[in-house]
Amino acid sequence: MIEFKDVSKTYQAKEGPVKAITDVNLTIPDGKIYGIVGYSGAGKSTLIRMLNGLETPTTGKVTVNGQNVSELSGQRLREERLQIGMIFQHFDLLWSRTVLENVEFPLEIAKKGNKKERQKKAEELVKLVGLQGRENAYPSELSGGQKQRVGIARALANDPKILLSDEATSALDPQTTDEVLELLLDINHRLGITIVVITHEMHVIRKICDHVAVLDAGRIVEEGPVLDVFKHPQQAITKRFVNQETSTGSAQDTKTVVQQLLASHPDGVIVKLTFHGDQAKLPIVSEMLRQFPEVDMSIIEGNIHQTTEGSIGSLYIQLEAEQGQQKQIQGALDYLNTMRVETEVINSEQQ
Amino acid sequence: MNNNSFASFFQFSNVNWPKMWEATWETIWMTVVSMILVAILGLILGLILFETRKRTSIWARIINWIVAALVNVFRSIPFIILIVLLLPATQAMVGTIIGPRAALPSLIISAAPFYARLVQIAFDDLDHGVIEAAKAMGATNWQIVTKVLIPESKPALVSGLTVTAISLIGYTAMAGAIGAGGLGNLAYLDGFQANNNAITMMATIIIVIIVFVFQFIGDYTVKRIDKR
Ligand SMILES: Nc1ncnc2c1ncn2[C@@H]1O[C@H](COP(=O)(O)OP(=O)(O)OP(=O)(O)O)[C@@H](O)[C@H]1O
Ligand SMILES: [Mg+2]
Repeated sequence: MIEFKDVSKTYQAKEGPVKAITDVNLTIPDGKIYGIVGYSGAGKSTLIRMLNGLETPTTGKVTVNGQNVSELSGQRLREERLQIGMIFQHFDLLWSRTVLENVEFPLEIAKKGNKKERQKKAEELVKLVGLQGRENAYPSELSGGQKQRVGIARALANDPKILLSDEATSALDPQTTDEVLELLLDINHRLGITIVVITHEMHVIRKICDHVAVLDAGRIVEEGPVLDVFKHPQQAITKRFVNQETSTGSAQDTKTVVQQLLASHPDGVIVKLTFHGDQAKLPIVSEMLRQFPEVDMSIIEGNIHQTTEGSIGSLYIQLEAEQGQQKQIQGALDYLNTMRVETEVINSEQQ
Repeated sequence: MNNNSFASFFQFSNVNWPKMWEATWETIWMTVVSMILVAILGLILGLILFETRKRTSIWARIINWIVAALVNVFRSIPFIILIVLLLPATQAMVGTIIGPRAALPSLIISAAPFYARLVQIAFDDLDHGVIEAAKAMGATNWQIVTKVLIPESKPALVSGLTVTAISLIGYTAMAGAIGAGGLGNLAYLDGFQANNNAITMMATIIIVIIVFVFQFIGDYTVKRIDKR
């Protein structure tokens, strides 16, 4: 288990003190994939680097595997670090070593086994990350995704209990990102190790994380199971992150269309429906139209996404009814609510 | 035979070959031995400069200041003056002030600071991320030096050593002029002072060849070890 207790960190920069982390309290359960999302400069790297003592908190306590990391130093700290693997945005491989030698590196540092045993272990890990056949390649001969696989194999070399990932997919294209994320998920399932993922992309959180914390200007502003946070984002910044992911890259288009429809059909109602889990597969909307035949519906935009805990979909629709039949619209909305579909009526002020 | 015509430079029949080869050997010996010692000393000094520069402890600062001062001072003293300055020290250390061995102290003291700077630059140029990664894996400082800093900057260290070796060859010639032996000595005494131009010419040709060979070996090694 990992625990941050009242952790704050202030850097003494030339321009004066910089408060990077403020009063962070977090508990990360064993065996889970825990995501921390935030914009650039939010303090994500500072936070994750406290877990292996690359940074020390100014105040507060960081506990990893029952150890207060900030109190460790010298040999004790180095021993603790062997239990914590880390992967990096720019891979940070040793370019003078081959793939296999890079994976052997942490074993040499831990002075584990002899050359032969180290090599055997490294070969297993190279296979685990799907790089068999490239053992003798140099990092410069690998693609970004392959380099990160080497990074992952290297991070796992000393059988750590925890894997830290600082923007590990940020330098990769979307396709490769997904492959690397799949690998992390697979490793979490197979080896049961706790993974702490730092990212600025909600996509990463949705794909692999069980829990998420939102970091804004050094503070945790929201925290919870990923599906909950996707369903009910509380803070404005979380909504922005969730939208970044759930709207299909055409958020701006949707906004424009909604504006126009609101202007041209002042009597119509525009509603955002949110479905989760199995609801996404049920014919709820057509049932609604059957029950309220006076209501006209047009679809503006819709999409569906997969998370580790199930799917989540959203649909923007416009509902209209003849003069005098306005009550029907309310009835339709009530029906949706009874089907546990979340509805959010969008009016022009919100835009 | 002692004229100054252009042709006199090519009357190689005037060359005493056994003496020429002996001088060549002395030049190579001085260069290689001082190069090895310069490599070791420069690596240590460069490492000290690199390691102490970013630290804030008072000791690190003092050491950094002293080493940086020494490096800068010895780097700025012209070589010919350094030899003269070091005559007493050379006498004390080597027991003589003539011959190839006597050239070593001044060769090393002038080239080591130069190489130390190149070493420091090579370490500075390394991606800081790799060092951090090693630290995150639990590496000791010594492991970082031997497994990260030196192997990862090897091409820069070797090309820096090549540059240093070539200036060392130049220095040996200068040292030769005041009695250290080698091709510089031969060209000066038997060539210039005895007015035997062919010897001067031949010594020059051999020095150029030695420089080329060093450059070639350096470039080839860098190319082979550079896996970036
Ligand atoms: N060594 C340092 N000295 C001074 N200020 C620092 C230092 N490291 C980080 N900071 C400051 O602390 C804040 C948080 O930095 P941090 O690197 O943790 O952000 P981040 O969320 O990881 O950003 P990014 O996504 O860009 O990597 C920033 O304002 C940064 O300028
Ligand atoms: Mg960062």
